[in-house]
Amino acid sequence: MALQSAAEIRALIARHKRRDVIFGLFGILCLAIGLLTFATLFVDMLIDGYARLTPEFFTNFPSRRAGQAGILSAWVGTVMVMFVTAAVAVPLGVASGIYLEEYASKNWVTDVIEINISNLAGVPSIVYGLLALGLFVYQFGLGQSVATAGLTLALLILPVVIVATREAIRAIPAAIREAAYALGATRWQVVQGHILPYSMGGIMTGVIIGMARAIGETAPIITIGALTFIAFLPPSPVGAEFPFVSFEWLTSPFTVMPIQIFNWTSRPDPAFQANAAAAGFILVFMTLAMNGLAIWLRYRIRRNIKW
Amino acid sequence: MPDPKPALDSLPLKAHAAGLNFHYGDFHALKNIEMPIHDKRVTALIGPSGCGKSTFLRCFNRMHDLYPGNRYEGEIRLQPDNVNLLDRAVDPIEVRMRLSMVFQKPNPFPKTLFENVAYGLRVRGIKRRAVLEEKVEEALRGAALWNEVKDRLHEQAFNLSGGQQQRLCIARALATEPELLLFDEPTSALDPIATASIEELIAELKEKVTILIVTHNMQQAARVSDFTAYMYLGELIEFGWTDDIFIKPKNPQTEAYITGRFG
Repeated sequence: MALQSAAEIRALIARHKRRDVIFGLFGILCLAIGLLTFATLFVDMLIDGYARLTPEFFTNFPSRRAGQAGILSAWVGTVMVMFVTAAVAVPLGVASGIYLEEYASKNWVTDVIEINISNLAGVPSIVYGLLALGLFVYQFGLGQSVATAGLTLALLILPVVIVATREAIRAIPAAIREAAYALGATRWQVVQGHILPYSMGGIMTGVIIGMARAIGETAPIITIGALTFIAFLPPSPVGAEFPFVSFEWLTSPFTVMPIQIFNWTSRPDPAFQANAAAAGFILVFMTLAMNGLAIWLRYRIRRNIKW
Repeated sequence: MPDPKPALDSLPLKAHAAGLNFHYGDFHALKNIEMPIHDKRVTALIGPSGCGKSTFLRCFNRMHDLYPGNRYEGEIRLQPDNVNLLDRAVDPIEVRMRLSMVFQKPNPFPKTLFENVAYGLRVRGIKRRAVLEEKVEEALRGAALWNEVKDRLHEQAFNLSGGQQQRLCIARALATEPELLLFDEPTSALDPIATASIEELIAELKEKVTILIVTHNMQQAARVSDFTAYMYLGELIEFGWTDDIFIKPKNPQTEAYITGRFG
């Protein structure tokens, strides 16, 4: 004596499967809204700016004449600022993450720190800009320089790097950690020989995703007073004469890609809109390239790691 | 064993646990354990899940020190120097350098075979290639793995089968020439053929090193060990020669477990 006849069961399954199909279609629709919006913006930008994507666009300084204006100072500034950001945020963030996971005892203090780090990741970037204006520009006297911008963006992505480091470390199985300790390794030997190498993929991914966020940040950079029109490059970090390296570029005024774009979009002449579109396309491309690099690195590093 | 067994207290000791209590926070996991570990013999710890056999094993190399909220009382004295392994003044790292451990699931490092076996030596600051190569070969031979892997020492460890991985972990444990080798259910994740090869290996290893093995498999304890300890709810119920424990246990609880009426 069955609960339902075979025909009833079939009807029931058909009804349940219809819901499957309905959700599947809904999911595709949601995904399409996101993807199409991005694709439209990207293609629109490309169409508007395509004519300006010439080699000269990369080698020219900004100009009052839209046709001669380029993004040289902007992309060089972006590269320099990103370099400072990475050089500061990576060691600080990775070391903090390792300390919290491997060294700190688990008590209410570490809980409070953990909650605060997660909260910091959500603080609006303009707030970091205000902090940097007070601290780096005035208090430390760094002025409106590459160093200030790099430090500001480093603060901005520090929580991201710390969280990514901790996640990557937590993914390492306890059995691997115990195996190393059981051989008589100290904490630092375990960190250096195991924790760091095995979590490197995850850490790099977190760092690059943080950098991809920082590269497009405009608000904090404007807050610290970056110039919008710069027709010179910061001094070169390497020179032909002794001592061959110079850190003067750190104190130099600068501009970055998003500010250059902002500057061009705020001009009435439509020719500048084309410049903005071209620069926007390049900025999005830089971000995509960084994310692509993150995916590739993760794949490369994790290829040899299986738990 | 047809020949009369020597009296227990006439055998040389490698270690001796006395008055050992262990607490995980508020949980009293080991209760006043007193047990000898005889030199160059295999001692098996058996008992139902949660009886504390792994907890006891992990006291020997102070693995519990890695996690907060754990507390030891009493002593495990290691011979010949009679040092109390549980003494707070004794550095757990020193203890772990003298003892080695093989875990439940094969846990090779995601490194090459060579680097896996050499890791314990590297921890000790040994850098000379020739020394490392010699010790790695010796350890792999000791773990009956050399012939299978001698041409692929620089491949990744996870390319090995489960049984080979576990023998690699045994080689890693042997490379540092431990005085006491701890096995925590080393075959529970392996198939019967790999299990048989690990058991054979244990029989060979006891010529050179004292072995303490936790197993949930009573037949395994009967096959590989000289002595067996039966534990239940954190207490050591009975300890003796393995064939005595399995053939004529003194304690009715042990008998109930051995004969499968319980557990």
